Amino acid sequence: MIYLQLFLSFLQIGAFSFGGGYAAMPLIQAQIVDGHQWLSASEFTNLITISQMTPGPIAVNAATFVGTQIAGPLGAVVATVGCILPSCIFVTGLAYLYTRYRKLDLLQGALGALRPAVVALIAQAGVDILITAFFENGMFELIPGNIQARAIVWFVLGFVLLRKTKLGPVPVMLLCGVLETVASAVLGEM
Amino acid sequence: MEKKSTVWKKLFLSTLSLSMFTFGGGYVIISLMKTKFVDQLHWINEDEMLDMTAIAQSSPGAIAVNGAIVVGYKLAGLPGVLISVLGAILPPMMILSLISLCYDAFISNSAVAAMLKGMESGIGAVIASVVWDMAAGVVKQKSFFSGFIMIVSFLACMVWKVNVIWIILAAAAAGVIRTMWSEKRGRQK
Repeated sequence: MIYLQLFLSFLQIGAFSFGGGYAAMPLIQAQIVDGHQWLSASEFTNLITISQMTPGPIAVNAATFVGTQIAGPLGAVVATVGCILPSCIFVTGLAYLYTRYRKLDLLQGALGALRPAVVALIAQAGVDILITAFFENGMFELIPGNIQARAIVWFVLGFVLLRKTKLGPVPVMLLCGVLETVASAVLGEM
Repeated sequence: MEKKSTVWKKLFLSTLSLSMFTFGGGYVIISLMKTKFVDQLHWINEDEMLDMTAIAQSSPGAIAVNGAIVVGYKLAGLPGVLISVLGAILPPMMILSLISLCYDAFISNSAVAAMLKGMESGIGAVIASVVWDMAAGVVKQKSFFSGFIMIVSFLACMVWKVNVIWIILAAAAAGVIRTMWSEKRGRQK
């Protein structure tokens, strides 16, 4: 029964990928390339590329892609539900405990220490994105030709607009995208 | 707070539109949800948002989906969970279905590539702006403990490449020990 197999495979991916994002990648590979052989190694690489270019978590993207390829639209739905079900149960449970016990001293102490740690984690994610955006080879190497000057200009412009105007994040992101498209068309890079 | 149906509708439309722009990992949607629910709608305060991020981070699964679940639960209980999860997964599902139909044309289109490249810088700016606000909040507490945790956590994930789960657990443990220690001192006085 292909639907059940899809559901169970993505249930495992959803339940055991701690740490988000790339933490899920080896699990997905183990399930769909090595285990069930639903995708070849090169198809899997393509899937990762698409995931980076499109919005959404890599596990949800993989569930939709593999589900569609293997068993059509219903396969996509079954795989996606399997992939998010563990999250729904676990996170709702934690959210319940949080709303109920957040006044406790010990939990307050733990949360008080977690907040600055979370700020640091978000900052780190931002630095990673900026390194990919600013450097051609995706690594922090200050070599001429590796630095993407336009990307830095869009970043500074976006940052100033967010801080100094009432413009929301989505319009700012779209503006940066349009500017880059126009610039590369004008400069004949397309 | 506003009427239930209004909250549901706004919650669905917010997670749906934010989810369309979560390129580049789960923290992007956290940053977007912070600007939407904390700064614009004032439904959640900044400390709660950070607590929820910790919950989303320390649970299994994608951070974007987990973040939507915890915000949905906080704002509208179990129906909120369903609404925000649906909002969060519909855009990637529809986009991936379309792309799996016309993969070759999509991946070789240079206008698509340029648009995505530019948006990467925009996302970086959004995260930088959110981190600016949040770090300013931590600095304003004038607490050595908080500043220390923030700097060590940043070094741990950026330089020493420690798994985020350990950073979360270590920070929580440090907070618990500090609370127990100060309570013990309080009793002895």
